[in-house]
Amino acid sequence: MDRADEGYTYVDHTADMAVRAWGPTPGAAFAAAGRALTEAMVNLERVDGRVRREFAARADSLELLLVDWLAGLVAEKDTSGLVFSRFRVETHVGAGGASLRASAWGEPLDPERHEARTEVKGISLLGLCVRRDGARWVVEYVADV
Amino acid sequence: MDESDRLVEVGPAEWELPVHDAMRVPGRIFADRETIAQLRQEEAGESQWSAVRQIKHVASLPGIVSAAIALPDVHPGYGFPIGGVAAFDLAEGVAVVGGVGFDINCGVRVLRTPLRRADVSAEIERIGEDLFRTVPAGLGSSGSLRLSIPEIDRVLEEGAAYVVRQGYGPARDLEYIEEGGRIGGADPSAVSVLAKQREFKQVGTLGSGNHYLEVQCVDRVLDAEAAAAYGLFEGQVVVAIHTGSRALGHQIGQDSLKELGAAAARYGISIPDQEMVCAPIRSPEGRRYLSLVAAGANCAFANRQMIAHLVRVSLGRSCGLDARDVETVYDIGHNNAKLEEHDVERERRTLLVHRKGATRAFASGRSEAPPSYRGVGHPIFVGGTMGTASYVLRGTEVGMSRAFGSGIHGAGRALSRKKAAKKYWGADVISALRREGIRVWAHDARGAAEEAPGAYKDVERVVAAAEASDLNRRVARLRPLAVVKG
Repeated sequence: MDRADEGYTYVDHTADMAVRAWGPTPGAAFAAAGRALTEAMVNLERVDGRVRREFAARADSLELLLVDWLAGLVAEKDTSGLVFSRFRVETHVGAGGASLRASAWGEPLDPERHEARTEVKGISLLGLCVRRDGARWVVEYVADV
Repeated sequence: MDESDRLVEVGPAEWELPVHDAMRVPGRIFADRETIAQLRQEEAGESQWSAVRQIKHVASLPGIVSAAIALPDVHPGYGFPIGGVAAFDLAEGVAVVGGVGFDINCGVRVLRTPLRRADVSAEIERIGEDLFRTVPAGLGSSGSLRLSIPEIDRVLEEGAAYVVRQGYGPARDLEYIEEGGRIGGADPSAVSVLAKQREFKQVGTLGSGNHYLEVQCVDRVLDAEAAAAYGLFEGQVVVAIHTGSRALGHQIGQDSLKELGAAAARYGISIPDQEMVCAPIRSPEGRRYLSLVAAGANCAFANRQMIAHLVRVSLGRSCGLDARDVETVYDIGHNNAKLEEHDVERERRTLLVHRKGATRAFASGRSEAPPSYRGVGHPIFVGGTMGTASYVLRGTEVGMSRAFGSGIHGAGRALSRKKAAKKYWGADVISALRREGIRVWAHDARGAAEEAPGAYKDVERVVAAAEASDLNRRVARLRPLAVVKG
């Protein structure tokens, strides 16, 4: 489902859900991380991108920005009822920290049609990683489910 | 040298991690040899997810009293191990986010009925189906209560009492909930708007993952005096509810990781890993965090109260039971940080006791237990799996003096969710359980595979270790008849 230069995989982890996602830019890796999050909650392929939401976040580091980004997506499921299947993320790192602007496309969660899976409680600060690996960016996170 | 190589066996199912490096107190692990071998194996793998290393980290925190404790269901958590207990001095100690976790006051309520197994055997399909349709569960489910922000504030301040006042359950229930179903000091104004927005339709929902609703029968009474006090008898049908503070608690946890991360740095507290973010108990940040934990805990009490009401409605429909016949045995959390009185070296002190994946288990005589339970101590509940026994236990004097009156909460995972999903097929798990006479309703088949009985440790072993170390004693064994999973 993912191109070789952009994608995600679930990493073995005793209690919860660990994810490794990657892309040619930090933003592309963040987008792949978002898809992995949705795939944990529902069948990603069944989510139509008919509703667009804008996101913005700012944090001290790219790692903490990743947490804010994903935690924002988790919260959106409860507040607006939306789950997302497509993402466009742009990150920026400057003297004041890291920031992102993102668009996400999705639709209201329909447990039956979207084959609802597990609920994500939160994004842990343990096991967090944003790094450059050759030509690609890799992000890792653990979600408490 | 691996930390687990330092463990010394000091008693029956009891091990000590001696003070070294930055540790202020020893680590004290109550576990059988098989569990210790598993902990050693984990540490040899990825040390970040080593429970023994996490125990060392907890033992290094400022103001910790006596020991960093791990109970027989110990396994790695976020900062704190699951099955971890740590008490802190109020003047020197800290409030730790990882010591409570995302699902604040996740816990178990058990309801007893006058029914016997024979009364429900022929109808179990219908009873389980009705519960499945009545109690909202699974991702995206919503409760029948829709709360405005002011109403949510009342829930956060008053806990189960608010729900009872709305007509969802008898006032008598409150007597049989830990802390009366309300922890004082909750400050709803400190809870983020986002947390409240996430909650408005989640009161009275079970959630997913390892949360469940089970119709069980008392398979065996092992302590007649305590079972009689709790109103339990062999063959009796009971209902267990396992859930927590839902999205509101999760958001408080997420918000607090960020807020206390900054506080730890401000107070110059060295934290061994990021989930151990903390603040001095008496600092503004520490007080604020504890008021948030109290609010989250009250939300969980309210949630279980609402679900208990729905169970009563369902059993009224399916079994013709009057709601008054379905009584609360007890309701107790296993993710919390609370102020408690404990005797430490013959001195009575007020301490902040964190229990992460561990329950309070006060022995007889403590005033915190309902009056009718004080002769034996309040019950605690140990969740098994969909296919294995659950237990009712009680606390002991040894548990009071060695583990701040704490008890085990479950079997603990043996396989990761990914491995379990690969090894088991949800529909096969459900069919196999059906052949054993256990009906399962699951919103998510993959979730059923992840929660397969084989994905968990043997609950019998965990309970045996708790009893061997005399922390907790068995009162009754419960067997599942019908299981509702989120």
